[in-house]
Parts: sequence; C-alpha cells; structure tokens
Amino acid sequence: MLKIFERLGEEALYFLEQAGRMGTFLAACLWNVIRPPYKIYPVVRQIHFIGARSVFVILFTGAFTGMVLGLQGYYTLRKFGSEGLLGSAVALSLVRELGPVVAALMVIGRAGSAICAEIGIMRNSEQIDALECMAIDPYKFLMAPKFVAGIISVPLLTCIFDMLGIFGGYLVGVKLLGVNEGAYFQSMYHSVEWKDVEMGMVKSLVFGLLIIWIATAKGYYLHMERSGGFGAEGVSRTTTDAVVLSSVAVLVWDYLISALMI
Amino acid sequence: MADEQVAIEMIGIEKSFGRQQVLKGVDLKVLAGKTTVIVGASGEGKTVILKHMLGLIKPDRGQVLVFGRDLARVGRKELNRIRQSFGVLFQNAALFDSMTVYDNIALPLRERTDAGDEEIRRNVREKLALMDLEGAEDKYPAQLSGGMRKRVGLARALILGPNIVFFDEPTTGLDVNKSNEIYRLFYKTQQQLRYTAVIVSHDVPKIFKLADYVAMLEGGIIQECLSPEAFQLSTNPVIRTYVEETMGPIYSSEEEERGFYEKV
Repeated sequence: MLKIFERLGEEALYFLEQAGRMGTFLAACLWNVIRPPYKIYPVVRQIHFIGARSVFVILFTGAFTGMVLGLQGYYTLRKFGSEGLLGSAVALSLVRELGPVVAALMVIGRAGSAICAEIGIMRNSEQIDALECMAIDPYKFLMAPKFVAGIISVPLLTCIFDMLGIFGGYLVGVKLLGVNEGAYFQSMYHSVEWKDVEMGMVKSLVFGLLIIWIATAKGYYLHMERSGGFGAEGVSRTTTDAVVLSSVAVLVWDYLISALMI
Repeated sequence: MADEQVAIEMIGIEKSFGRQQVLKGVDLKVLAGKTTVIVGASGEGKTVILKHMLGLIKPDRGQVLVFGRDLARVGRKELNRIRQSFGVLFQNAALFDSMTVYDNIALPLRERTDAGDEEIRRNVREKLALMDLEGAEDKYPAQLSGGMRKRVGLARALILGPNIVFFDEPTTGLDVNKSNEIYRLFYKTQQQLRYTAVIVSHDVPKIFKLADYVAMLEGGIIQECLSPEAFQLSTNPVIRTYVEETMGPIYSSEEEERGFYEKV
C-alpha cells in the first residue's frame, strides 16, 4: 500500500522537477534572445531550415486543407441554401483555426523533430559540454537563433497556409462545384475581420515559441530523462516525446487563446 | 609541492548519482605548469573528477578551486571567465559534426575574440600545420579517422593558448602508432605553450613518461598523488597492486617473478 503513495510521490516530484527545468530553460533562452551581441547569420540559417524548407509541405497541406473545406463546406451549406457563404466559412476556419494549428503541426513534424534530434545528439556526443568548456554559451549560440527563427517563420508559414487554403477552397467551390466567384470572395470580405487575423497571428506566434521551446529543451536535457537518454534509442524516444508534447501543447493553447480572444 | 602555485585544488569532493556514491572525499592538487595524470580502473570516476574541474558537474560536498575561485559558488558569467583559460580534448573529440575541420578549429576564435578573417585563417593554418593536418580543413569529422579527429580536437583545444588543458583518455581507441602521435603532439605543444595539463588515462605505463605527477583514484578517493618514480615504488598496497597489474613487478628477484606468474 505504501509503495503506491511512494510511487505517486515520485511521479509528482519528477513532474515538478521537469516543469522547473523547462521553465528555467525558457527563461535562459529568452534572456539570450534579447541580450547582445546580435548575430544575423545564425538566425537567417535557422529561418531557412525551419521556414524556407517547410514551405513545400505547407503549400501542399494548405491547398488540400482548403480543398477539403471547400468540399465539405459546400455540401453542408447547401442544406441551408447558403452556398454563397462558402468563402466566408473557408476563410474564417482557416484564418482563426486551421491555418495556425495545421501549419504548427507540420512544422513540429518537420523541424521540431529535427531540432530535438540535433540537440540530443550534440548532448550525447559531448558537443554541448565542449561549447560550455570553450566559454561559448549554448543558450546564445544554439538556442537563441532557433527561437528567433521559430517566432518569425511560423506566422509566415501560417499566412502561406491560409492563402493556399483559400485558393484550394476556391478551386473546389467555385471551379468544381459552381459557387459564384463574386459571392465566394464577397462573403469572405464581409465576414473576416481584423480580430480574426489577429487571433490567428497570436496563435501562430505562441505556437512557434512552444515548438522551439519543447524541441530544444527535450534535446538539451536528454541525459536527464528518467528512461535513460542514451544512444540512438534515447534520441529516438526523446524526439518522439517532443513531437507528442508539442502537438498536445499546440492544441491546448489553441483552445486557451481562442477562449481569451473570441 | 607546497611552494609551487596551485592551479586546481579539489577539497573533500563527494558526489553521488542516484544511490551510487562515486566520489567519497577526493582531495587533489594540480600544480601550475605541471602535468598531472589521473589513473584508476574503469568506472572509478576519473571523468567525473575531470567534469568537476571543468565546472560541468557540481559536487554534493566539497570545493573545486581553480586559481582560488570555487567553481560551485561562482555565477555563470564568472564561470565562463574562468573557462576562458581552459582547453579540453574530450574522449571522442566532441567535434561539431555539421562543421568542417576549419570551422571547428576557428569556432573559439570567432565566438570569443574580435579577430578578423585573415587572422583567424593564419591561426587555424598554423594549428593545422602543427597537427600535421594540412589539406584536411574542408573535411567533415565523419570523413576523418579516429586519430585525425583527436588531432583536430587538440588543435581546437589549443587555439586560444589556454593556461590549463584537460585530456579525457586521449589515446583510447587508437592504435600504438596513433597513440604515439598524440603523445608526441602533447609533448611538442606543452614545450611551446607551457600549459598546465590534467590527463585522465588508462595508457599505463606510457603516460608516466609525460607525467610530473600521477594520482590514483580507487574506492572514491585519491590514494596518492606522487611523481611517476615514487608512484611506482609506493608501499601503498592499492597502488602496489595497480602497478604490478599494469606494469608487472618492479625490481623483483627471480623468486618474486616465479611467484607472480604462479598467481596469474
């Protein structure tokens, strides 16, 4: 019986230890983002890795998300004789919700996992220790450029996603299913407001921060994982945990921001 | 030992990982300008001692003083300032695998100095020549042999002219020729740069030729820290056993040798 309480206590302490570690890690990274010196080239490299190299997958998923929204939206609105509002439905769904969330999930899968694995392997092979021993702050050298790049790239990718999605909805709704082109864009114009765009952008900024925070922290503390962060299996396990945790965090914060800003 | 300057001093260091206590009160002095070699069986905690000296691990008890400053009590900024006088050759070299040899060696110069590209190029080429690595600057670590990786690691460790250089098992995984190369380079660079060296090594007795002092770690404490000659003649039973196992009997008569081989 006592063992159950012991176990519960252990879990609670482990959770608090992890939460504290993640919190101090985030504080150290954000501090190193704002303190000089500022180096542009490492940030540009990371924007290329996180942003530019995700564009193809975003174009693809954005277009198909818009197309499926157009398809499903048309047949739902037809029941109420409101096919003309398709543009509004597609745009609002994308700008407020699907754009930020699906774009973030794509970035998690592509860049988040890669970043976690990269930092985890650096941890395992003592490269991070080597940086510290050279008096090069790993928060400044490794993490800060990634944070800046994440905060810049994810909102831009969200915008690209939204645009492709609206175009995908247009292709299916207007060209395939015969919705009036003028009605499609007019309804969009009248219903999408600045606060919808603002909500989407705030979400994408927060998601960008969350993705990079979780990916870098999990990799950085690989050696302190309870299950043992050793070798290739440790990296694989930690990367999977980072992807799952980031995805859940995105969905939770999606709800929280929606509740606050709606 | 009393009159010479102490570069690093460990006082009563205790360290546990979970339920396993690895260090049980380590006392050790590393003198400035001298080479101190730490020996002991695998798993005793030699690398743990090295990591304490580098400030990568904090002790549960005790002090690690580097030029009088306690690493466990200084802030991050002060720790970085102290580390500016360090150079480290890790066991697996710890090269940054997404950077070329040139970029690996140049990194400390780029990040910690205001040196221009020309000065950096000159410094890096000088170190590459010293390490017999000319022509390898555009290669990536994955394209190098083990010996070459260690030499790149050594070049990177020495690029800023450190006061203290740490070597974590510098010849592990290398054949006899490559090991001798590393020792030759160590000897050459120490003659030139006059740094304090701390070496963790299994390569006994070869490493004794380079050592000013040998410290034996056994049972979580430093048994003795002596000159190589005094170490080999020590009457400490733990050290005696270690010396006989690694080097064979010293000054033994035919009778003693017969007895030794009968035991083995």
